[in-house]
Amino acid sequence: MTRDEQAVWDVAATVVDPEVPVLTIEDLGVLRRVSIDDTQVTVDITPTYSGCPAIDAMRDDIVSALSAAGYAEVRVRQVLAPAWTTDWMSSEGRAKLEEFGIAPPAPHNSDGSVNLGLGIRCPHCGSLHTRQLSRFGSTSCKALHVCQRCQEPFDYFKAH
Amino acid sequence: MNHSNHVVSTAITPESIADSSLIAPETVAQYALGLGDDALVLAHRLGEWITNAPELEEDVALGNIGLDLLGHARSLLTYAGTAWDKTEDDLAYFRDEPEFRSHQLFEQPNGDFTATIARQLIASVYFAQLYRELSSSADATLAAIAAKAVKEVDYHVDHSAQWLLRLGLGTEYSHQRMQAGLDAVWPFVDELFREDPFAAAAGDAAVDPRTLRPAFEATVPRLIGEAGLEVPTVAPTRGGGRSGVHAEAFGPMLAELQVLARAHPGATW
Repeated sequence: MTRDEQAVWDVAATVVDPEVPVLTIEDLGVLRRVSIDDTQVTVDITPTYSGCPAIDAMRDDIVSALSAAGYAEVRVRQVLAPAWTTDWMSSEGRAKLEEFGIAPPAPHNSDGSVNLGLGIRCPHCGSLHTRQLSRFGSTSCKALHVCQRCQEPFDYFKAH
Repeated sequence: MNHSNHVVSTAITPESIADSSLIAPETVAQYALGLGDDALVLAHRLGEWITNAPELEEDVALGNIGLDLLGHARSLLTYAGTAWDKTEDDLAYFRDEPEFRSHQLFEQPNGDFTATIARQLIASVYFAQLYRELSSSADATLAAIAAKAVKEVDYHVDHSAQWLLRLGLGTEYSHQRMQAGLDAVWPFVDELFREDPFAAAAGDAAVDPRTLRPAFEATVPRLIGEAGLEVPTVAPTRGGGRSGVHAEAFGPMLAELQVLARAHPGATW
């Protein structure tokens, strides 16, 4: 990345997920690439799930943020391939999720499988004594769990 | 928001395909239309469960599965529409019943919850194998849509399989109901795996549905057996969804899907 592209990236990277506002699109791995062609800035993003409505809001927010930073001509491209995976989520992103009360996704092994370990760790009390209430949650990317120790329900960001 | 910037997208999502110079070849568009209709129709049926499912978590689950399918439908219909200068909305809201290509299984009314679970199990296993194969399509856009979809559909298979086991191995009554649910939708299974002229015409860009049957046979009967249930022995229906012959319940469903867009053409919010 050139210095100019880095500057564009840094502005685009301030945009947050409207559903999980502690995560930026950089943390999520949704921000893929920026390029500059003469006066035109192009930002490539990738949707998390095919039907996720948040992508439209993120796209508009990128244009707004870059406009405010003085870029006159902004193009946001959405790329489907390669398909998004939670492995692209940064370690800062995982830490921020947990602090926000959402259990971060488990990473994939090299063969594509996911270690479940002893259990999904409760983001409130840290207990591994938790169970899944529902494989589907408030958004496409989350499942609903409950902690058996502190009794609090919590969202788990699904490994995808 | 006051700025002069505009959004131009040129890659592979519903919004972006339409804006780009990417145009689907006619045969690929015809094939994608059928796949898009399947996903759209089943998404609508699943949406009908919201506030009606046996428990709140299941409202959310079926709604989420429907949302994924709607995402697939939008990508597929948008791509198909590039061949005819039509948008996803033109295709979803302004075609009449005989112009739809959906398989009759997906059109079936939700019926008992067990029939929905049976339909969803069959659909998810079918979609999983279809999209797995289609991700190596000779058409790069179809391949990308499929590669994204397959990850989501794998999760749907799990959801239905868990319900099948729970209901099949639950009480005598839940077992009976689950068997009746399987019996109700089983006549529509065969249609999914019949020769499809649109797939044949699209050649290497498409997947011949007949090749998907072995994977289905290796998965679904085994799951039904694990749940202590019987694979139904019922005669298949005549089918005809791909050529515009639809289930009786499809017309009323389509009317509901389209009424708002037809009452206020071009409306936005």
